[in-house]
Amino acid sequence: MKTFKIGGIHPNDMKLSAGSTIREMAVPAEVKIPVSQHIGAPAQAVVAVGDTVKVGQLIAQATGFVSANIHSSVSGKVKKIEEFVDANGYKKMGIIIATEGDEWLESIDRTDAIRREVTMEPAEIIKRIQEMGIVGMGGATFPAHVKLSVPPGKKCETLIINAVECEPYLTSDHRLMLEHGEEVLIGVKILMHALGVAKAYVGIENNKPDAIDNLKRLAASFEGIEVVPLKLRYPQGGEKQLIDAITGRQVPSGKLPIDVGAVVQNVGTVFAIYEAVQKNKPLIERIVCVTGKPLREPSNFMVRIGTPVTALIDAAGGMPEDCGKVIGGGPMMGRPFTRLDVPVVKGTSGITLMSIEDSKRREASNCIRCAKCVNVCPMGLEPYLMSTLAKLGRYDDLREAHVMDCIECGCCIFTCPSNRPILDYVRAGKAKVGAQLRAEAAAHKAAAEAAKAKEAEGK
Amino acid sequence: MDFSFIMITVAALAVTGLVAAVILYFVSQKFKVFEDPRIGEVESVLPGANCGGCGFPGCHGMACALVAADDLGSLSCPVGGQAVMAQVATILGKEAVAAAPKVAVVRCNGTCEARPKTLEYDGAKSCAILAANFGGETNCSYGCLGCGDCVGACQFGAIRMNATTGLPEVDDEKCVACGACVKACPKSIIELRNKGPKSRRLFVSCVNKDKGAVAMKACKNACIGCGKCVKECQFDAIKVENNVAYIDFMKCRLCRKCSAVCPTHAIHETNFPPRPAASPDVKAAEAAAPAQTANA
Repeated sequence: MKTFKIGGIHPNDMKLSAGSTIREMAVPAEVKIPVSQHIGAPAQAVVAVGDTVKVGQLIAQATGFVSANIHSSVSGKVKKIEEFVDANGYKKMGIIIATEGDEWLESIDRTDAIRREVTMEPAEIIKRIQEMGIVGMGGATFPAHVKLSVPPGKKCETLIINAVECEPYLTSDHRLMLEHGEEVLIGVKILMHALGVAKAYVGIENNKPDAIDNLKRLAASFEGIEVVPLKLRYPQGGEKQLIDAITGRQVPSGKLPIDVGAVVQNVGTVFAIYEAVQKNKPLIERIVCVTGKPLREPSNFMVRIGTPVTALIDAAGGMPEDCGKVIGGGPMMGRPFTRLDVPVVKGTSGITLMSIEDSKRREASNCIRCAKCVNVCPMGLEPYLMSTLAKLGRYDDLREAHVMDCIECGCCIFTCPSNRPILDYVRAGKAKVGAQLRAEAAAHKAAAEAAKAKEAEGK
Repeated sequence: MDFSFIMITVAALAVTGLVAAVILYFVSQKFKVFEDPRIGEVESVLPGANCGGCGFPGCHGMACALVAADDLGSLSCPVGGQAVMAQVATILGKEAVAAAPKVAVVRCNGTCEARPKTLEYDGAKSCAILAANFGGETNCSYGCLGCGDCVGACQFGAIRMNATTGLPEVDDEKCVACGACVKACPKSIIELRNKGPKSRRLFVSCVNKDKGAVAMKACKNACIGCGKCVKECQFDAIKVENNVAYIDFMKCRLCRKCSAVCPTHAIHETNFPPRPAASPDVKAAEAAAPAQTANA
């Protein structure tokens, strides 16, 4: 069975909610919708306080290419447009809507019928995806249309669908493939058409045999789609790791998947694209997996964007007493919530509750130079070295050590026998080096422009 | 062994040495780099801490800038202070300009008691990392994070963490106002302010930009931006912007009226004698205040 070549770990997968069918969550009385739910420029609100909005109505317009539209997930009145505290404890601009009824835009097809024929032209498809505010649903929330707009001079040869779900605990993609397998495959077909590729691979880890069987059965009637079972290994869902696992090609340092002829999309994104293109439905709801050992009923919900996290925990059996941490996402890459009165956003793939015992970090001791972190690093880096360099503030050396290639998967911390907070330092160092690189690029651009202007003057 | 053999060897070596010396002499003359000898002299009187507090990369950089400068007014060594600048001025034959001595102040009064923790952080002990991840362990996302990045940044041992309050404290005597802590603080809480006469100074010990009610809920000692101090100040030294007051130390006349009216005691007084308890004194101070303005 296929897998990626370098590093990786094998955490207990703990898929507690794998058997629970996706339940529709009740429409909340009030939604808080941040205008920045994606990587890139925040969207600009286009509604005013007091406006009446319908489900699916555009409420914030993307500002620039790398940005995404935001649509209302409920019908009702815009109550406030103000800053509220987000899951990290910082204030973010957002739109608060008080729900009244559940009135959808007429243009959205709400029937259960599956629309199989793809009638749109590639350019139209990408435009629709952009309009509907589709972003990467795996958690990175990178606007989907950006990845699909292949830059001139580059060619996409393969489309890879990321259905790996290597993150422990999370099961939303798993349930999606079981319950909406056909829609997902139509979505893949739409993407193949948009990109002009003949071959698509759906990579699924072998801890989801039912999903593999289901998609394999359905894929028989779709031309060019191959379901690839993958050996269970974290972080197989990393873009570069998945390309390596499926095609055997490695994306060079500092390059993008398109440089090796691949475009990767998450399976949740593909489903959202199906709904956007075939049903004219913007990204207003998503599947959220609410799970964790202390939780009474680990479940999967179809949730409107903007629903409070507390409502989800209540629906999954209530907040347990033995809860030390609530994580947005899974335990490996997720970030703990600093407060629970925050909304579900486009990137909330799961909510994981950890018991008090499990949520504690063990006391860190000295590095014993065992190099376990080096062995497990899926990017082939030296985490122990990078964390020390970051701690000492030696950012030039850190750049030489390829810190920008770090995907922050946490394998190094997971495996460290001294419980050192390696990733904490590396992440901080990466942020510093990233800022330096951006400043240099800006200075470079300014210098180039100045030179150009001078040249034009000379002429 | 033959004696002449030794002589030939010695002579050959001497001739080679001589030729090399001549070549080296001319090469060194040809590629001579002139450095103002005063740079070395100035550098020798500078403290040699290479702290970068002056804004130049180390003491050598500062020495070059001092020698090149026409006027020493804009340059000052925060570590050496007035004494060193006077020495530098004598070497360069220029006039030293007296710079007001500064000191670092910590503009957060969110003690453990006043600002209850709402969650616990157990990651790497560093303010920079904590701030990059989330707003802090309390509901105030502006205040001190308490991991001590400023303590680590101080080369002069002037900052220490107070275990009871959980806040850093600056030692006036040791602080040279190099600004290393200002750069290290990810929340921009530490500020360099004029040390003031007899080290007396007033400052708003809070940077919380939340609205009053929110700020007060998060921390009992927060500035709520009520503006009472602005009304009280006769010297136009206080401004409230983004729900937080700021005292301009160039305008402040240290009358202490603002701190008396502050409902949350967010305005700090340093090194003042105890405030007289009776009200007549306040009146007397009021009477004295306009006179001060007239003098100015």
